[in-house]
This record gives sequence, C-alpha cells and structure tokens, in this order.
Amino acid sequence: MTIWWFILWSVLKVAVVTVVMLLGVAYTVLLERKLVGRIQNRWGPNRVGPFGLLQPLVDGAKSFLKEDIIPTGVYRPLYLLAPILALGCALISIGVVPFGAPGVELRDVAQLGGPWYASRVPSGMFLFQIADVNVGLLVILGVTSIGVYGIALAGWSSNNKYSLLGALRSSAQLVSYELALGLSLVGVVLRAGSLNLRVIVEQQATNGMLSWNLFGGMQFVAFFIYLMAAYAETNRSPFDLPEAESELTGGYHTEYSSMKFAMFFMAEYGNMITVGCVATLLFLGGWTSPFGDWIPTPKNILVQAFLPLCWFVLKVFSFLCLYVWVRGTLPRLRYDQLMNYGWRWLMPLAILNIVATSLWLAYR
Amino acid sequence: MHLILFLVFAGFCLGGAINLLIQSHPINSALSLIVVMVSLAVLYLLLGAEFLAAAQVIVYAGAIMVLFTFVVMLLNAGREAHTLGSRAALRLGFPAVVAILAVIATVILRAQGLGVAKLSDGITSTEELSTVLFTKLLLPFEVTSVLILIAILGAVALARHDDTDQRANVERTGK
Repeated sequence: MTIWWFILWSVLKVAVVTVVMLLGVAYTVLLERKLVGRIQNRWGPNRVGPFGLLQPLVDGAKSFLKEDIIPTGVYRPLYLLAPILALGCALISIGVVPFGAPGVELRDVAQLGGPWYASRVPSGMFLFQIADVNVGLLVILGVTSIGVYGIALAGWSSNNKYSLLGALRSSAQLVSYELALGLSLVGVVLRAGSLNLRVIVEQQATNGMLSWNLFGGMQFVAFFIYLMAAYAETNRSPFDLPEAESELTGGYHTEYSSMKFAMFFMAEYGNMITVGCVATLLFLGGWTSPFGDWIPTPKNILVQAFLPLCWFVLKVFSFLCLYVWVRGTLPRLRYDQLMNYGWRWLMPLAILNIVATSLWLAYR
Repeated sequence: MHLILFLVFAGFCLGGAINLLIQSHPINSALSLIVVMVSLAVLYLLLGAEFLAAAQVIVYAGAIMVLFTFVVMLLNAGREAHTLGSRAALRLGFPAVVAILAVIATVILRAQGLGVAKLSDGITSTEELSTVLFTKLLLPFEVTSVLILIAILGAVALARHDDTDQRANVERTGK
C-alpha cells in the first residue's frame, strides 16, 4: 500500500516542479527582456498587465496560436523529435536538484494539522527534492550531454544550410566546453568527497558565506571556469554563435515555427535555470543561509521549512541576473576565438585547478 | 518492479540493436546506437552500478555518439545502397550465427563460478568502486590504458597521409 503512496507523491512532485519550472522559464524571458531593456536605456515590455507582468502568458498564447509550418524538404521524424528532445532534457535534469533542506518531510508539515494527520502520512516523503541520487551531479552532466542531440538533429533534419551550420557549431562548442565544465567541478567534488548534491551542499553549511566553495573552499577559479563554460553550454552570449543572427539568420531553429520554436526557446531558458541551480548548489552553498548562525533559526516549523527554499530561489535569481547582465554587456566572440579560449585557456586552467586543490587538500 | 524494468529496457536494447542493422540511413543507425547505449546504462543502474550508468551515458551516449552524428552530418552521408545479400551469406551465415550463439550459451550455462549479477537494491557507491579499481585491479586498469594508447597511436598512424598518399587520393576521388 505504501508504495502507491510514494508513487503518487512522486508524480505530484514531478507535476508541481514541471509547472513551476515552466513558469520560471516564462518569467526568466521577461526578466531578460526587462533587464536588457534597462541596460539599453529603454523600458522593455510594459503594456500587458502591471509592469508588463502578463507578457509571458500572452507570448505563450501567441506561440500556440501561430501557424505551424513544416517545410517540404525536412526529414520529418527527426524534425519532430528534435524539439521534444531538447525540451525534455532541459526539464529532466531539474529532477535531482534539491531545492530546500532535503530532510523536510511531508509528515513534519502534516504535524501542524495535528498528530492524527501526522500518523496517517508515511515517513520518507521528502518535500524539496524529486530524487536523491548518489551520483546526482553526473546525472545532470549526462542529461545535458544528451540534450545536444536536440540541437544537432534539429539542424540536420531541417535541410537548410544555416540550420546545419548552426547545429555543427553548437555541437562542436558543447563538446569542447563540456570538458572544461566537467573538470571545473572536480575541485568541488574533491572537497566534498561525494557526487551527491545534498552532501556537497551540507559540507558548505557550517559557517554561512565563509564556508561556501566559492570563498572558503578556494574554488573561485573553478567558479570562473564554470561560469564561462556554462555560458557556452547554454548557447548564451558572448558564446551564442550557434544562433548568431547576423551570420546564420536563426541557427539551428531557422526552419521551426510556432510552438516547436517555442520549445527550443524554453529549452534554452530551462537550461539556464538548471545551470543556475547547479552553480548555487556547488559554489554558493545551495539552500543554506549566507549568514550561517548569525541569525537564529526561526521557531515556526513552516518558516523553518520554507526559508531555505527562499535562499535557494534568491541565489538562482541573482545568477540569472548575472547571465542577463553579461548578455547586455559583452559582444559576440568569433568562432576561432571561442575554440581557442575553450581548449587553450579554460581546459589547462581547469586541470591546474584540480592539481592545486588536490595538493591543498593533501597538505593542509 | 526490477524485472519489469529489466524486460522493458532489455527489449529497447535489442530493438535498438536490430534497428541499427536494418536502417539504411546512417543517422538513423547512429540514433539507434544511442538508444542501445542508454538502455544499457539503465540495465547497469538496475544492477546497482550508478556510477557506471552515469559514465556510460556521459561518455558513450553523450560524447562519442555526438562525434558519430557530427561526422554523419558533416559528410552529409546519404542513404546506403541496399543489396539483397549474397546467397552464400544466407545459407552459411545464419546457421553459423546460430551455432556460435549455441556454443556461447552452453559455455555460459555449463561454467560455474562466473559470479552472479543480481538485480538488487544494493547500490555500489563510487567510493567502493574506485577503491577496488585503484587497489586490487590497478594492474589490469593500467594495462587497459596502455591498450587504449596503442589504439590511439594506431589510429594516428593510419590516418596520417604522406604527400604521395594525398596526391593519389586526390587523383582517385577526382577533387
């Protein structure tokens, strides 16, 4: 009997997280348009709803209602599969991310309603994580590496030279920068001694901001490499060569219209959020408070449960703002510069960082 | 639960492998190979080898197969010519395959002490795995890396063209 409760609970969690994630994606787009607008000294969208807050909903409705065109020359099965693959992979990897203190169970919250409710709820139904996987970090990397196929297949099946060039650029870029990205995470893993995201965060929890991997863990070089590689992985400027409008019209999604185009768009922003979550977990102390023990733990059990969630969301939000800021500031690189930078600077730097971290851990 | 998952993903694996052989378009074959690799990763996961499963997805499905599809896309390889197969292959090939499978099956069924791979909840942690790999199995591990090095050297030697070679190539392809 209890197994069905757990399955039901998991399905519920997946549904809620998916909805929240999609809403997050929609509002990240708005955040970007607003912030870039302010950076360029204009207002950005402000007509639909108060402060333009309903703009994402209207955009979504527009994508749904637009005519869906499938060009004649495309290779249909892959052309239809590609956006599904891209969006699916973007949504799956969030499943292993712990959003809040992972020890919080449904039973703790049910306790508020009285002991009768609490006794009905089986223990082990955790609130803030869909799956606590021992190799959570690797799962995220693996799902990201499968996500490349969405872009590659889209470009190839479209039967369009711009799409193909965009897809080739994108896969080359992803494969190159994935190396630097993976290596930059090794320092953090060495320090935590585990690939489990929960353990990695708990190891940074002791002294607030001072024990974050970014500061106390001396992983600022790794953070820098991660940041650069993450921009490249998500095809964001200054590394947005796969969709460089001035050279490739639209890159891999040139031939896509209406909701299929929107799926690629959502996948890109979903990946941005995932990357922000991983950065938060690995370098910025995850759901833990940046002030450590300086502020006392609140008494109310609900506040206790949801405060970590707020910290987590706040950290991811700042990371997303940084993303937009960079996009609004830096011009696009040339392709040879991109490859040079990835292979000749970031990768050796990441390897040096691993060596330095190991030495430091061995002789401190 | 484990048995159902095993049957489903073993089915995917076999289906992908057969599809890989019968598809005439290279990119479809490459995609079937990805299906095979991912379902193999799930089978590893069912055996409790989490790290191996993740590595399988990242290295094989993620990195190596991207290169495969990359090459297919870059060369824009078209449909392969379909032959009906020679008569010799039909008459000798299938019995030979059956015979080899039968031999392998009997050997495996007869042999005792090959070790048991059990579908269980027990999960091997990355730490355990690496301890075994770098202490008990250090020699085979290093020998394998030398083997890979030899393969790399071989690939470089084969792929390197002398000038004369290149000229001959150009003449042959007429480019």
